[in-house]
Amino acid sequence: MSETSPLFDLDPSLLDDSLDCVHCGLCLSACPTYRITGRENSSPRGRIYLIRGAAEGKIELGGVVAEELGLCLGCRACESECPSGVEYGAMLEKGRAAIADAGLRKGWAYRLEGFALRRIVAFPRRLHAAFSLLGLAQRLGMDRVAGLLLPFVDYARGLLPRVPRAAARRRLPAFTPAQGERRGRVALLEGCVMAELFGDVNRATVRVLARNGYDVVVPEGQGCCGALHAHAGDLSTSRRLATKNVEAFALPGGEPVDAVVSNSAGCGAALGETDQWLPGRGEELARQARDVCEWLDEVGLRAPSGSLAARVCYDDPCHLVHAQGISSAPRRLLSAIPGLELVAHADAESCCGAAGTYNLLQREMSQRVLEPKLDALAAADPDWIATGNPGCMLQIEAGVRARGMAARVVHPVELLDRAYAGSAPGES
Amino acid sequence: MSEPPLTFSGSPAILIERLIAVVGEDHCLSRPEELFTYGCDGLTLDAHRPSVVVLPKSSQEVAAAVAICRELGCPFVPRGAGTGLSGGATPLFGAVVICCSRMGEILEIDAENRIAVVQPGVVNAHLSRAVADLGLFYAPDPSSQQACTIGGNVAENSGGPHTLKYGTTTNHVLAVEMVLPDASTVRLGSPTGFSPGYDLVGAVVGSEGTLGIVTEITVRLMAIPEAVETILAIFDDVPSACRLVGGIIRSGMVPAALEVVDQRTIRAVEASVYAAGLPTEAGAVLIIELDGAACEMEGQLARIRALAENEGVRDLRIAENAEERTLFWRARKGAFGAMGRLAPDLYVHDAVVPRASLPEVLEEICAIGDRYSLKLSNVFHAGDGNLHPNISFDRRDPDELARVLAAGREMLELCVRVGGVLTGEHGVGTEKRDYMGMLFSPDDLDAMRRLRDAFNPDGLCNPGKLIPTTRACMESNPKARGYDEVPLE
Repeated sequence: MSETSPLFDLDPSLLDDSLDCVHCGLCLSACPTYRITGRENSSPRGRIYLIRGAAEGKIELGGVVAEELGLCLGCRACESECPSGVEYGAMLEKGRAAIADAGLRKGWAYRLEGFALRRIVAFPRRLHAAFSLLGLAQRLGMDRVAGLLLPFVDYARGLLPRVPRAAARRRLPAFTPAQGERRGRVALLEGCVMAELFGDVNRATVRVLARNGYDVVVPEGQGCCGALHAHAGDLSTSRRLATKNVEAFALPGGEPVDAVVSNSAGCGAALGETDQWLPGRGEELARQARDVCEWLDEVGLRAPSGSLAARVCYDDPCHLVHAQGISSAPRRLLSAIPGLELVAHADAESCCGAAGTYNLLQREMSQRVLEPKLDALAAADPDWIATGNPGCMLQIEAGVRARGMAARVVHPVELLDRAYAGSAPGES
Repeated sequence: MSEPPLTFSGSPAILIERLIAVVGEDHCLSRPEELFTYGCDGLTLDAHRPSVVVLPKSSQEVAAAVAICRELGCPFVPRGAGTGLSGGATPLFGAVVICCSRMGEILEIDAENRIAVVQPGVVNAHLSRAVADLGLFYAPDPSSQQACTIGGNVAENSGGPHTLKYGTTTNHVLAVEMVLPDASTVRLGSPTGFSPGYDLVGAVVGSEGTLGIVTEITVRLMAIPEAVETILAIFDDVPSACRLVGGIIRSGMVPAALEVVDQRTIRAVEASVYAAGLPTEAGAVLIIELDGAACEMEGQLARIRALAENEGVRDLRIAENAEERTLFWRARKGAFGAMGRLAPDLYVHDAVVPRASLPEVLEEICAIGDRYSLKLSNVFHAGDGNLHPNISFDRRDPDELARVLAAGREMLELCVRVGGVLTGEHGVGTEKRDYMGMLFSPDDLDAMRRLRDAFNPDGLCNPGKLIPTTRACMESNPKARGYDEVPLE
């Protein structure tokens, strides 16, 4: 046994986690950064080996280890291939937390990210104000001016859509009654980016759930799920945010709900893993968490009778397919829309490179990861690209526009909503 | 290890600078933590830090890197995806790792001649996927096929479940381009499959990277069979499953695969993402795959059923469709990795015995495992007599580790005693190098050494692998001096 004396404070469970890996390598070709670089240290197996080496005190935690954990997309495609059941995503978060705690997460971009996540994203009102400011800047053309001065701003500008007008960014109604025969009651997580940039998706989600016979409650006091913070290694903020959501979603409106629904794969994965962040207290929320597509598929979709003649590619968000193992439910829902043709494209399950804040922090790799996705989508040539996560929607939309492709990016529930809108009122 | 400690005398800085000039800074790794991850392949027990890792993109870059190593007198070792299980890619003596993972292009697919030309870094499964629309596939299918490279398969002469009918890698490689240890590039063999004179391709396939670095491979493609049937024969114990294997082979049928999976393995796999609904209460499952003309299937199935009933089969389950078949095979191929659920480390053994001795050998192997109080599981290519006793353990327990190694040695001795050999498909590498004397006489080994020296006279190419090196022969080969084994742990 090699006696070890780590040079830093590591979550002791990290070493135990790393021992789940027997180094078989089946994860390698599933990893986007390995596929691009061919480097062992940029592969899941290599990163686990680095974590183990650091935990055993054989190598330094900074330098290469910090870089490689930073270069990881956190897409967790490796988990879908791992026969040994290594919980890579959790290891990545703990590893990043150790690096952040040791003051080894360096550079202005990381500092800015930390500030934004801790001081703005974690507070719904501040986030709303920040987007209002951004929207104003966009309308005044100030973002373009700033982009001319700062290349980073120019790049970020390309990823962000125009901030919708205030009306689209209003809070959702606290209660929306079920339509038709009532089947139950669900709570909805509004999300932060979803609420600010994709208010229409949120509204479509409420309508589709109501149309399927569910009362939809949007509890007060809910906030960011904390996924972005965890990915950035700020686990204490994640736990704080998760605690708030546990409170907000326990008996919302004084009545139990059948499920806590999210329409954002990243948030849904975080809700589903609340028990890992908050052992005991988080278990109920984790048990109730459902992605909107998963829920509709589970309870049985009320088939829309309105048709939607369009070719659609469904692209799997990593945090839906790899983190939650959900891939057929959204496809089944889309296939239920009369007239809609679901078109397969290559590697639908591989990451688009958005990965939370990754596309801002690791620009070059993010773009290299996106390219094959765009090639596959261009070859399939759909009218719509459906995907259920705001980060992926922004990233793919930006890529599609940059290439001048005609396809537009939507959330699967938006297509369901359109199909229902084409149904006669009251019919479903 | 029997090598005397010798030290690489050159300047690492010059080595790095010159290699960067060939492959570029991004593809030349030299920081200690980067080198750390290249210390081992799938055999993690024996890790050694390389001096540098280079990731060339072309044959020319490989040749240039080899030329630099040779000029500076630094050993070098080829690597693919690092999924090998015998330490073939482990860099002994502070070798430079020449990693072909970026050489992943399929250069040519020729459906009419049923060949493909690939770079060594092409992932095995990707080739079959690329030619599937043409009704073709690449037959060798090691369990790591979703990650391992064809270059690595050539080095190790990899097999896989379908070896029974289709043969190993050597039966599918028609020609190679390789960079010899003197940095010259040669082409061996012919895409026609016929090559007058010595069978040099035959010598290269399975040479474990000791003869040079293969930079382009022309492989045979096979036609996807018209019909495939995959059957699970469920038994109470492993020996009964082995007896059915004997019965099927005696009958004259040639199934595509005959794989035995024992209970411990089934349970580990069924707990994983590769769960396929295998019966966790069964003592053993024999996976039987038949392929060929559709009209043959019914008759063969009936014969299998009769033979299985003779051996007291509990149940026969036939895969209902291609999806279920895929599930069964993914479960079989995820078996090694799934053992990670049992303990932190896994020792995957690999030996071949005459098929007829399978039931007795298996019982004896289990007895060895019990005698050493080890957690043993068996999943193996029964049709080929190719055993994989897997031992789950924790290397941090020195006593357990010692028992693992002692048991492993006894298992190999047993296999050799009944007329078997040391390895079926994983290679010798560092793992079994010092066991070669169990099987070969000093004269045999000397003949191998002379073959190696004909290609690799300086001994710089993947030193310390395959052939046991005695102090005496190191001394008789002074050129081989100048490197140090740099243990990591």
